Amino acid sequence: MAEKRIGQQTIILSNPPRIISHHCTVGPMEGRGPLAKYFDDILDDDLLGQTTPEKAELAILEQTINKTLNKKSLFVQDIQFYIAGDLLNQIISANFSARSIDTSFLGIYSACSTFTQGVGLGAILIDGGYADKVLSATSSHYQTAERQFRYPIELNVKRKPTNQHTVTGAGAVVLASDGDGPKITSVTFGKVIDLGIKDVNDMGSAMAPAAIDTLTQHLKDTGRTVGDYDLILTGDLSRQGKKMFTILAKDAGLSLGEKHQDAGVMIYSPQQPVGAGGSGCACSAVVTIGYVFKEMVQGKYSRVLIIATGALTNALTFQQGESIPGIAHAIVIEV
Amino acid sequence: MDPQQKAKQEAYQKLVKEHSPKPNAWKHVMWAFLIGGAICVLGQLMLDIFTKLERTETEAAAATLAAMIFLGAVATGLGFYDDLAEIGGAGTAVPITGFANTVVAAAMEFRREGIILGMGSKMFVIAGPVLVFGILSGFIVTLIRALLTGLF
Repeated sequence: MAEKRIGQQTIILSNPPRIISHHCTVGPMEGRGPLAKYFDDILDDDLLGQTTPEKAELAILEQTINKTLNKKSLFVQDIQFYIAGDLLNQIISANFSARSIDTSFLGIYSACSTFTQGVGLGAILIDGGYADKVLSATSSHYQTAERQFRYPIELNVKRKPTNQHTVTGAGAVVLASDGDGPKITSVTFGKVIDLGIKDVNDMGSAMAPAAIDTLTQHLKDTGRTVGDYDLILTGDLSRQGKKMFTILAKDAGLSLGEKHQDAGVMIYSPQQPVGAGGSGCACSAVVTIGYVFKEMVQGKYSRVLIIATGALTNALTFQQGESIPGIAHAIVIEV
Repeated sequence: MDPQQKAKQEAYQKLVKEHSPKPNAWKHVMWAFLIGGAICVLGQLMLDIFTKLERTETEAAAATLAAMIFLGAVATGLGFYDDLAEIGGAGTAVPITGFANTVVAAAMEFRREGIILGMGSKMFVIAGPVLVFGILSGFIVTLIRALLTGLF
């Protein structure tokens, strides 16, 4: 029996890695939302002066990584692994960003749950003694995601109330075996759950069952209750997904109340034209790095469960009538 | 799929359906009517003007269509046709300005992948089906009419 595992899916990090440096960048739309004061950088121009949105996403990611390293005067030579992923085909933003990071690179994809997957994997590498410092980053961009998954930007389509708006931004963290900062104490990698939702305009409902599965499994494995956490933050269920998540939680005998927040709901105000809320790899990343970490330093939260959620679909499978499998990866952050 | 999983899926899909926001159809219809109607009023004004300028009614109609397509393209290029669509819905999609929007929006979007392989090949990616099935249904209707009225 692997000694660092408890229950079916949870890994306990006995030497919890610390997040010694972190940085998040968001676009102008997110900068007009209610969390604006928490973000490290708010861009005036979501294209960052680049000629294509793909180049812009890469530039945002690279800028975020550089600032994360510079904050603590870290150098690429100090980093043993770079783990990154994004939403684009062949995780191209992550792959391109790795060109300028001279270390072992692991490109990962689990749609919008990539952030916790990356941080979780990085934490395990450090806890296992395979690395001293790991850099983990994710990015997403409204325009690149729209053109890959939906329609041209200027096309006359009316947004459905359950549609979500991809967050433009990037988040990066450096995990280390020693140093100061919030620590990652356990990781629960989720299972793929598919309850047959086929509506690409309602990813929240497609992902909610995966989020509840990971949450209940995590609580079962650790023997904890909802009350043991100050905050349970889901990634990007949005208003519709949050509604379904709450119903499913009730069915599972959990009363979440104010303990549960969703990054996709928090990042925009209800007045912004974003449908049901935010989504994208950057959504859970920037809300965790911007809001959660800062509030943890302020003492508002001391133990937080982050459950980033991903909808595992692509532009072809939904046209072929396939359903949308969901996944959710959880990490526990403590100060 | 095993029956237990199937029952679970069906139960969840029913639950989602029950808790999905119900669109306010009357509100959408009203906005579609107002915005779509306004576009049509503009078209009618154009037609009135061109009727005075052109020799025949067919020529005036053709000029009106060209003018409306031009306006739709410009509004797309300036970036506000999609904002109008967010309010007007089908009211902006049905008139010919909406058709112009689908072509121009796609052309703008794929311009970055080059003039030929980008813009050229993707320009009709949205408008394509409208053309294909528009022409096909036109052919079928004409064929039926020809058979019924005995033109052969």
